[in-house]
Amino acid sequence: MTSTPVLRLESVRKTYRARHKETVVLRDVDLEVPAHTVTALIGASGSGKSTLLRCVNLLEEIDDGAIFLDGDDITDPRADADAVRRRIGVVFQSYNLFPHMSVLDNITLAPRRVHGVDRAEAEERARELLERLGLGGKAGEYPDRLSGGQQQRAAIVRALAVRPRLLLLDEITAALDPELVGEVLSVVRDLKEEGMTMVIATHEMGFAREVADQVCFLDAGVVLERGTSAEVFGAPQEARTQQFLKRIVEAGRL
Amino acid sequence: MTSLDKMPSAAAEDDGYVPSARRLEREAFKRGRTRKATAIAALSTLVTAVVLYLVIVNSPGWERTRETFFDPAFAKKALPDVLEGLWLNLRLLVVCGACVLVLGMLLAVARTLRGPAFFPLRALATAYTDFFRGLPLIINLLIVVFGVPALRLQGVTTDPVVLGGVALTLTYSAYVAEVFRAGIESVHPSQRAAARSLGLSHRKTLRYVVLPQAVRRVVPPLLNDLVSLQKDTGLVSIAGAVDAVYAAQIIASREFNYTPYIVAGLIFVALTIPMTRFTDWVTARMDRQRAQGGTV
Ligand SMILES: Nc1ncnc2c1ncn2[C@@H]1O[C@H](COP(=O)(O)OP(=O)(O)O)[C@@H](O)[C@H]1O
Ligand SMILES: [Mg+2]
Repeated sequence: MTSTPVLRLESVRKTYRARHKETVVLRDVDLEVPAHTVTALIGASGSGKSTLLRCVNLLEEIDDGAIFLDGDDITDPRADADAVRRRIGVVFQSYNLFPHMSVLDNITLAPRRVHGVDRAEAEERARELLERLGLGGKAGEYPDRLSGGQQQRAAIVRALAVRPRLLLLDEITAALDPELVGEVLSVVRDLKEEGMTMVIATHEMGFAREVADQVCFLDAGVVLERGTSAEVFGAPQEARTQQFLKRIVEAGRL
Repeated sequence: MTSLDKMPSAAAEDDGYVPSARRLEREAFKRGRTRKATAIAALSTLVTAVVLYLVIVNSPGWERTRETFFDPAFAKKALPDVLEGLWLNLRLLVVCGACVLVLGMLLAVARTLRGPAFFPLRALATAYTDFFRGLPLIINLLIVVFGVPALRLQGVTTDPVVLGGVALTLTYSAYVAEVFRAGIESVHPSQRAAARSLGLSHRKTLRYVVLPQAVRRVVPPLLNDLVSLQKDTGLVSIAGAVDAVYAAQIIASREFNYTPYIVAGLIFVALTIPMTRFTDWVTARMDRQRAQGGTV
């Protein structure tokens, strides 16, 4: 495939400044995500996975480098951030559902207010997605009354409701029990079947290995190793990657 | 906004980072955009000011208005008296403000107490806020300032300034209690749950987890009430105490010139602005340290 990748990062650098100290969180990150593929970001906690996803969704301003969505430079100050975000769905690690709205309203907010879908249609699609993620009965419930796993799935539905071009998932199974993990991951698998392009930060190595077309190992803000899941999991080249995977295996998570 | 001061700093040397041409171009573009926005803002402000000035100066009654409201000679004459009166406003503000904050906080906390044992306290606090928030301040003042001395109680002051201060405190603590209560209720229940599950008592939960978040949120409306209190301190003049406004009034009615009012008004405005800027600065600084930040 030689067509433009859905997402491309070019020498992305991101720093956080606190007082006089500057921390480099992402350093020279290059990444290409072709259409209809899944990229898994793996790495220790604090290695910059969430930050990378936030940069792609323009929630953080990058210091240097560029990010291209369907070939357009979205990090250019002249780019329209709202228009960019309309094409990207995000599921945050901490759900970020709106507590003052029912689940259904959470989900239909963007389709109705941003994309101009009429209420009946938006609600129909929302209910259909909720049903599929096993939340059929929870449409009218408020987020604070749902379990962590239910909130997580509601957040996934909210991101999917606008039919995004690119879906960013940040450790979406972190708060789930094993049974729900299986369910949510099968939803992601279905999405992959349907051709959704996704970038997934995850600690579910087994899942990453199975579903990802490309795996990137982040270490202290650097993409230390990348390749197909067979390459990275089967024959990691870097010592740090080997060490990381060894610990994971020891913890019984692969 | 902040990206403009994102200049490559000392840390850049650590990893041999050199800003790319792309970054420099972007930063130049953003600087240009800021310059343009600033220029537009400055120009529109200037135009508005000039138009306002011309409309006022060319109005038919301008000459007369200027003499009665903006006479420098009267302003100079009134300033010492007004400043002396202001000293009373300031003392009242500081003392009443402190009492109002403490009393308001106590009332708000009393209303959050759970359990039947606290019912009387809760009911009392609720009744207090309901009553004093509803009672017009001027009526409250009249009752306290003239009613209390009329009782001729032994050992109770008849000083109008003290009694006026009491009346102000009664009314404003009811307002402020509601502000604090709104802040307390805006703290998400999960915070309380987390604190209680760590073994913190109701009291310690309030003290260490709920109130710090609540107070931070209500700083702007609190300031609103304090500024309002600052202006209402002038009402103690109904009993003859001479505050800045009353001092201005004395001169104004003697000389048939309103300039002293303008002087007093401007002084009040001048007092409020630094107070507001200061709290804005404090809260902004607190936010910067804690928030996740980002572009939205
Ligand atoms: N708003 C922020 N200000 C300062 N440092 C931050 C901020 N957000 C994240 N960081 C730091 O950036 C690093 C990467 O964080 P993150 O991207 O959340 O890691 P991950 O998702 O891989 O666990 C961490 O060291 C974290 O402390
Ligand atoms: Mg993270």
